[in-house]
Amino acid sequence: MWVYQKSLEYPVKVSGPNPKLAKVIITQYGGPDGELSASLRYLNQRYSMPTDKARGLLTDIGTEEMGHMEIVATIFYKLTRGVSPQQMEAAGLGGHYAQHNHALFWSDPNGVPWIASYVQATGDPITDLTEDMDAEQKARSTYEHLIHLSDDPLVTDVLKFLREREIVHFQRFGETLNDVQGFMNSKKFF
Amino acid sequence: MDNSQEKPQAQKVIITANNNQQAMLLEIQRLQFAAIELNLYLDTHPDDQQALMSYNSIVPQLKQRIASYEQLCGPLFHFGMSASQQSWQWINSPWPWDM
Repeated sequence: MWVYQKSLEYPVKVSGPNPKLAKVIITQYGGPDGELSASLRYLNQRYSMPTDKARGLLTDIGTEEMGHMEIVATIFYKLTRGVSPQQMEAAGLGGHYAQHNHALFWSDPNGVPWIASYVQATGDPITDLTEDMDAEQKARSTYEHLIHLSDDPLVTDVLKFLREREIVHFQRFGETLNDVQGFMNSKKFF
Repeated sequence: MDNSQEKPQAQKVIITANNNQQAMLLEIQRLQFAAIELNLYLDTHPDDQQALMSYNSIVPQLKQRIASYEQLCGPLFHFGMSASQQSWQWINSPWPWDM
């Protein structure tokens, strides 16, 4: 069960409409290393984790990532609010407008829609936690690319917050991987 | 096709939260962020007494801030987690993306 809180984890302000920036930021909504991938990956991997620490961490980070998806959605929504179809087209969002108008949709900046094969669940906790660490680094790199592309300091501020969260998650997944490795090794000998 | 769909957002009246509401919410977001950070840390360091004390000290502060916020701005949670005074206020207060 999840309960909705009617607020963002971190406030989102934008300086004004900026469809060009929105076009690239959409990748953290529905691109391969975006927040949809992150939240679904972690929440789905919980069931095959052998320790309560790992189940707890995946639940909590998966839940936080859902909050991050809402933050990214809010950035896209605010950057495209009131933007005309012509301005969308000029910013490279003509394809997005044709299919979705101003609605949100999970895709990367090139319009490639989100697919489930961006994420994996092998049932091997070592493999899955290693994938999670890898995913956090890919998301960190993507946020750094977006920070380089951003020309709106208010959006950059939010991107920096999200980038830092990936670093913290990477750290916590690393600790959990060590813990699970210790647990698995202790099970090997009778 | 409906041509009015061309500029749907431009005509939309955005109900923005007032400054007082935003300030109260920011205090909740600050406290909650500390709680989230400590929560993740405690997941992998459950025996850290100092972190546990810090986490537990945030809980009543957060509860109190949420209660004052809801008194003024309406429910922050649904599904039985917050009461709604007089009318059904859940659908009236601004949504996070419009704040």
